[in-house]
Amino acid sequence: MIDTSVDLGGLRMATPVATASGTFGYGFEYVGALDYSKLGAVTAKGIRLNPWPGNGMPRHCEVAGGLVNAIGLQGTGIEHFLDITVPHYMEQVRNAPPMIVNIWGGSVEEYAEVARRLTEAAATEEGRIIGAIECNVSCPNVKEGGHTFGQDPAVLNRLVKAVREKTTLPLIVKLAPNVPDIRPYVRACEDGGADALSMINTIPAMVIDIEKRRPVLANRTGGLSGRGIHPAAVKLVYDAHNATKLPILAMGGVYEAKDAIEFMLAGATAVAVGTATFTDPSVAEKVYDGMVDYCERHGFASVADLTAALV
Amino acid sequence: MQDASARVVEHREIGAGYRFLVFEVPEMAVALTPGQFVHVKVPALESSALRRPFSVFDAADGKVSVLYKTVGRGTAALNSVKPSDVVSVLGPLGHGFPLKCEGTALLVGGGYGVAPLHFLARVLKASGHGDIEVFIGGRTKDDLLAVDRFRALGVKVFLATNDGSEGVKGLVTDPLDDELQRIREAGGRFELFACGPDPMLKAVALRATGTGSRGWISMDRHMICGVGACYACIQKTVRGNSRCCVEGPVFRAEDLVWE
Repeated sequence: MIDTSVDLGGLRMATPVATASGTFGYGFEYVGALDYSKLGAVTAKGIRLNPWPGNGMPRHCEVAGGLVNAIGLQGTGIEHFLDITVPHYMEQVRNAPPMIVNIWGGSVEEYAEVARRLTEAAATEEGRIIGAIECNVSCPNVKEGGHTFGQDPAVLNRLVKAVREKTTLPLIVKLAPNVPDIRPYVRACEDGGADALSMINTIPAMVIDIEKRRPVLANRTGGLSGRGIHPAAVKLVYDAHNATKLPILAMGGVYEAKDAIEFMLAGATAVAVGTATFTDPSVAEKVYDGMVDYCERHGFASVADLTAALV
Repeated sequence: MQDASARVVEHREIGAGYRFLVFEVPEMAVALTPGQFVHVKVPALESSALRRPFSVFDAADGKVSVLYKTVGRGTAALNSVKPSDVVSVLGPLGHGFPLKCEGTALLVGGGYGVAPLHFLARVLKASGHGDIEVFIGGRTKDDLLAVDRFRALGVKVFLATNDGSEGVKGLVTDPLDDELQRIREAGGRFELFACGPDPMLKAVALRATGTGSRGWISMDRHMICGVGACYACIQKTVRGNSRCCVEGPVFRAEDLVWE
């Protein structure tokens, strides 16, 4: 029997496979299409304080090796999320895995307030499934110039500290890939009190319709995800792991067990499947089965032993 | 909802660029209702390619059929699927048409948009609702699909083409308007059901909105997940940005906001 449990900065996961934010709705949408017992966690779609309409249409475009999207974080806000969505998830999903709640905002204060509300809810019977907070730092800091929080280590550090003050839940920070050197950002999170890192977010991208001579997406630009970004993600996970002791939830182009195992060997503690779910809703199960099979074949007693097991 | 391994039992061209595809997928065939759709993994595309959504033309006897037009990379790749191939089909998905209708059921379809209307017509008919009229429009006679299938159901069929190559020359709303006037003058009631290109849907929706009659509009949008998880297939409605894959594809006419 392979021990498949992992500890992601205090979030106890029964398996090392999670779902990535934005690709798995609020956890219940895929009921019937996969075996949830093979998931260590689900990550809810990004949530902020108030309802947010998201971007105009079109919001996505299929490209070679993946998908470019600019959904724009449409969501109902924290109140509806706690009152309706979380209870619905617990009701719909049998043996529901813990939920990592992805949060975002336009200011440091907004993140902190959302984190506080989640922490409060997680201590109640109705909200006990909330297992961790994941900060999306790739959205614009509206209050201070509009640059994204994740593009300046000092701003990132301030954000992480502010959220840390308001939560006792495991705090994961989701890093942006488009930085020249990931290490200052990793240290900013570590110093700010983060419990774990997740990476990578989508890579900024653009698709142009050459006949219309217009960007395809209504938002003009979007984020690239899918198979094509996987090697770039592996490198960033490797770099980040070498710069920190924080556990890493790795994501970016996981379509099969091989991709997940690469992430583990590069230094990840757990992995998330994202865009692949759209094509194959039960891909997480297959990734899990393949990881267990790999451990058996290579004599690893525990999936956790795969972390940074490069020779 | 299930992700089923469906065996292809029939796949043939039914006119210029249009194809008819039938899967054997018994559980889903029982569960599907008119207006719902299935999300199909196209075998000839790379393994990471997104699925393609198709409205259901009919679901009966363990089989599910769809009718599609080759419009892009996905549908072009789907052309190569052959009988006995096994295809991953996710379904039933979406919110379909109501299965009760007050007064005359007026079904308005353009191009491959007739697909869910055929399923609806058959189910309404089977449930004892005999008063059904179908309006089929297209650019030319080649775009008028499944006309014989509707006639075989014993429903009244009206045709319109832009070039006059078959039926009334003009828009599908031309014969529709004549019928609407006739029904109103006779003091009858009606409900509208439509699927097709956006301008046609808007025209039909406006004929239902504010008239006291109900209209049900099936929207056609590119999708990613098909299950409500990604928020890519948005239609503006009076409730904000609604997802075509779960709140739709069938919306109440008066709920739609047209840009």
